[in-house]
Amino acid sequence: MLRASSSSSKSLLRTASNASSVARPFRAKLRNPSRSLATAAADIPVRRYGGLKDQDRIFTNAYCRHDHGIKGAMSRGDWHKTKEILLKGDSWIIQTIKDSGLRGRGGAGFPSGLKWSFMNKPNWQADGRPRYLVINADEGEPGTCKDREILRGDPHKLIEGCLVAGRAMNANAAYIYIRGEFYQEASHVQQAINEAYAAGFIGKNACGTGYDFDVYVHRGAGAYICGEETALIESIEGKQGKPRLKPPFPADVGLFGCPTTVANVETVAVAPTICRRGSSWFAGFGRKRNEGTKLYCISGHVNNPCVIEEEMSIPLKDLIEKHCGGVRGGWDNLLGIVPGGSSVPIIPKDVCAEVLMDYDSLKDAQTGLGTGAVIVMDKSTDVVSAISRFADFYKHESCGQCTPCREGTTWMKKMMDRMVEGRAHQREIDMLLELTKQIEGRTICALGDAAAWPIQGLMRHFRPEVEKRIEEFQRLNGPVGFGGHLSSDADDTLALPDNLGLRQISSTH
Amino acid sequence: MLRLVSSVSRPTAAGRLGKLQATRAARRTFASTSSRSADVTLTIDGKEVTVPQGTALIQACEAAGATIPRFCYHDRLAIAGNCRMCLVEVERSPKPVASCAMPAMPGAKVWTNSPLVHEAREGVMEFLLANHPLDCPVCDQGGECDLQDQSMRYGSDRTRFHEITGKRATENKDLGPLVKTSMNRCIQCTRCVRFANEVAGVEEFGTTGRGNDMQIGTYVEKTMDSELSGNIVDLCPVGALTSKPYAYHARPWELKNTESIDVLDAVGSNIRIDTRGVQVMRVQPKTNDNVNEEWISDKTRYAYDGLKFQRLTNPLVKEGDRFVAASWEDALAAISEGLAATGAKGDEIQAVAGHLAIPSPLVALKDLVNRLGSDNLTLDQVNGNSTPVHGVDVRSNYIFNTTIPRIEEADAILLVGTNPRHEAAVLNSRIRKSWLHTGLEVGLVGEKVETTYEYEHVGTDAKALSAFITGKSVFSQKFKNAKRPLVIVGSAVNEHPDAKAIFNELAKFVEVNKDKLVTPEWNGFSVLQRVASRTAAYDIGFVPSASATSTQPKFIYLLNADEVDPKSIPQNAFVVYQGHHGDVGAQLADKGSTWVNTEGRTQMGRAAVSPPGAARDDWKIVRHTPTYDDILELRDRMWEISPTLVRYDVVESVSPSLVLAGLHQIATSTKGAKISGAPIRKPISNFYQTDAISRASVTMAQCTKAFVGRMEEYGDVGKGEQASFA
Repeated sequence: MLRASSSSSKSLLRTASNASSVARPFRAKLRNPSRSLATAAADIPVRRYGGLKDQDRIFTNAYCRHDHGIKGAMSRGDWHKTKEILLKGDSWIIQTIKDSGLRGRGGAGFPSGLKWSFMNKPNWQADGRPRYLVINADEGEPGTCKDREILRGDPHKLIEGCLVAGRAMNANAAYIYIRGEFYQEASHVQQAINEAYAAGFIGKNACGTGYDFDVYVHRGAGAYICGEETALIESIEGKQGKPRLKPPFPADVGLFGCPTTVANVETVAVAPTICRRGSSWFAGFGRKRNEGTKLYCISGHVNNPCVIEEEMSIPLKDLIEKHCGGVRGGWDNLLGIVPGGSSVPIIPKDVCAEVLMDYDSLKDAQTGLGTGAVIVMDKSTDVVSAISRFADFYKHESCGQCTPCREGTTWMKKMMDRMVEGRAHQREIDMLLELTKQIEGRTICALGDAAAWPIQGLMRHFRPEVEKRIEEFQRLNGPVGFGGHLSSDADDTLALPDNLGLRQISSTH
Repeated sequence: MLRLVSSVSRPTAAGRLGKLQATRAARRTFASTSSRSADVTLTIDGKEVTVPQGTALIQACEAAGATIPRFCYHDRLAIAGNCRMCLVEVERSPKPVASCAMPAMPGAKVWTNSPLVHEAREGVMEFLLANHPLDCPVCDQGGECDLQDQSMRYGSDRTRFHEITGKRATENKDLGPLVKTSMNRCIQCTRCVRFANEVAGVEEFGTTGRGNDMQIGTYVEKTMDSELSGNIVDLCPVGALTSKPYAYHARPWELKNTESIDVLDAVGSNIRIDTRGVQVMRVQPKTNDNVNEEWISDKTRYAYDGLKFQRLTNPLVKEGDRFVAASWEDALAAISEGLAATGAKGDEIQAVAGHLAIPSPLVALKDLVNRLGSDNLTLDQVNGNSTPVHGVDVRSNYIFNTTIPRIEEADAILLVGTNPRHEAAVLNSRIRKSWLHTGLEVGLVGEKVETTYEYEHVGTDAKALSAFITGKSVFSQKFKNAKRPLVIVGSAVNEHPDAKAIFNELAKFVEVNKDKLVTPEWNGFSVLQRVASRTAAYDIGFVPSASATSTQPKFIYLLNADEVDPKSIPQNAFVVYQGHHGDVGAQLADKGSTWVNTEGRTQMGRAAVSPPGAARDDWKIVRHTPTYDDILELRDRMWEISPTLVRYDVVESVSPSLVLAGLHQIATSTKGAKISGAPIRKPISNFYQTDAISRASVTMAQCTKAFVGRMEEYGDVGKGEQASFA
């Protein structure tokens, strides 16, 4: 199985989709591969991911159907034996998280145990500075709505997670940076904090372990860029939310100049459950290096848009068919899917049918898991317009600090606006792609990359659509030069530079 | 005001502050020498270089001889890393790395000339130019524009930006009469913002808006009230901020550059005078880490137009009630006749040295007057006709012993009767730098002023100083706990009725606390002079004898003395005025001269333009009566009087024992002085007009109109702070 997945995931996936009915019983077999060398390929046990059972769900109140307060939370198992977890010490918690294979749920997918361990550098006790855990609850990625469900329904999981993660990195306090628009969510979290303080779970001598830990809520003002970890730190400090340069990394110089780790809500909120149920339980879900369960948010043209906790590596098609009632008008009506929020490239229908919802599979498909926000678009979608809207979003949310992002997002937005109606020169498609390459990897933070990728995805998979529009526009309006100038508007009595593309006779003209 | 707590960004001047900072844990140590000063060896373009640990990669590249283009990076400002022009390729890094923001790592392999780097630079340049107007022909920055130069070298040869929606348009800002803005040209490098916040202390200057709508400004539109604002013109890598008085006057390639010294305050900032023909077109700073770093004050920069107005180019002799132009022969004859006619003898012959008088004519004048049997050498200031309280025998009593760069090492400063912001604006920026980045505590005895740092107001008069010294003031304890305390005494104290009492108290205070204030490593007693000629005058001994103080003068020779109160001149006296704007003379830009600054550093200025008309160098005029035939002979004489006057560019350090001896002398000479309790007033109420040149300057008059009334409005710190948020 492992060999197969590394050599050719596609062939594996095809096999997987053929054997659609085989489900969990195969797991046991997989874990002890006792087959001989002579085993025929057809007999390779194929594990099918997905179908998370209710008893394996971590976020049992994601839909806020039950009491979100401390009573309800404790009845669902929160704050159970937290003291024991804390008393096991920082290295035990970090090792557990490492063993569980938990990767950051905010989008980048950095291994959480490793990240937390950066806080405990050798001789960290000698550093007199306070240490902070910052929770990134500034969920602003278009399509993403998983953290707010946690904040609203399971705030105690987050608070307990803060304590456990904070203990692991020996933090003195946690700041929860909640997006400004999340009013109810912030209220629920604040209520949970108050209840936890009152119950003695946090604060001085948290859970009776002798460990002091405070939790604060900080409400943002709704800028997307404040979800970037260093911009978020700046924002908490009361400055403009503009990403900082790295190095120094927040683990060295972070919030208020002190060692800090910024983690996503979901990452932190699952930590106590992992510690309680064991790392092997959590690692039992999903493919290797993509272990665990995850909240997926499916929106767009599905019959039943929802937020659902599922096993990692669930096939995208299964996710949609099983939980969302399928694509509107049937699977064949699917045009493409953005599988991880607005920052990742779109994938067309044929790729959607094969891809698994995990970090590596989506990466192989030249897209990404991102935040797990699946945006489904059926054939009624104007895909150029949709991606153009993303470009507009990034233009609007660019902080303006560094050149490629500030100028590039605006330029791309202007070009995409023209592409929607087709008012462009054919060569501008490649120029646009070149611009995205000039932005990607040249900026301080990842917003430049995020702005570039959707456009790259569009051109990779839907280039004929864009070309068709350009041809159509030129058929109606005559040749179009670079920048969207109409050849018919050009004054022939004036000398025109020949690098404007105006003089070129288009094929359809 | 906000101190930089998190210190993610901080200035990286390789100066002393850098060294100081590096000892603190987890600070960013780019560009500053680490106290451990371990060296890092790395390979840049195949060339191995060794740089101190903590050096920014961009500096390591420079050390290896590779030029890195940059816009936002400036070695005296915090690192922003936002222009992305300085991208280089580093081995094992998937993305190109901004070399200004990356510390040099041991063993790193860096390429500054690879295809990836070329492509990255070209890309960034294209983005920068996308919204930059193509108005180079009408842009004042043309010829000295970083964007222009770098786009020629690193940019593409043609544009791909043809959008029908056009380029960004931004409204211009009104920053006052000095800085002209053309915000369409702005490339958002934020150098000006960082300068305003870190050096000038104009914290309301910043960026507003987001993404492509980001603008530089103050949000609530107001002018940039700072005496260092002109420096943002130099910092701006494009033509967004240009000089208003200089607008459309000259192109840089037309100008002749002469390095010189500023005379409008006692700091002695190093300047470069740009001239075209006989006209001074502009004044720019010249880097001197020991004096002005890279900054000059607005007065230094913009008062030059005062040189053009109210200048007298011929000797004038008064006939009846009017002045008549005369030849030099006639004028000199008139002077000698006048001297004979008044019958002035001995101390009745008075010489008055003004603010801008340079050492050489002072020496010549002193020798002349002494030869005529007079000791009546007066300084053009309040109480200038009496011996200064601190005396002139011991140099450390009137110079800035600490030296300017070492201000940054102080951890507690007591200002006595001085507002460095107006008396020495560039020096003041060092105090702000230190206040911003270290735990510096500042206390002030004297009139409350608006500084660029928070201070504790100890009191307004000599009694408050006594309270401080006896430990009754809150600030006393902080000062006592400081490791490197510093007392800065303003030159105005010497002019105060309680001068004796104040100096007495201070001298005794320093003597008592000598183990901290005056040690071989640290000299914490400094006097801040505010006019350029004063230190040299004291060095020369240009002070009256006791008997001369009480003598009524009959013949008065005013050398650059522009502040003289006409009432103090007796009716029947014969007055010779030699200066810039009242009589005949030449001045700062015209003189090949030496200057002694407040710390006793002698620096040499050079003549930028020849004197207009029939004006002559001061010393040549004075010479006409006796002794010296050429400048070298005069300089030999200066060497005899005080060797420091001709030892250029060095500060002669004074040994602690000598400092203490000097203070002891003050303590004895002022023993038993009574305190009148008169409040100590700030000597400069209008920073922009303090001398003949700046008073004649139209630009300075505009500044006065724009800023001075306003400054008082915001003047009182502490009161009504909340009002500004309302």
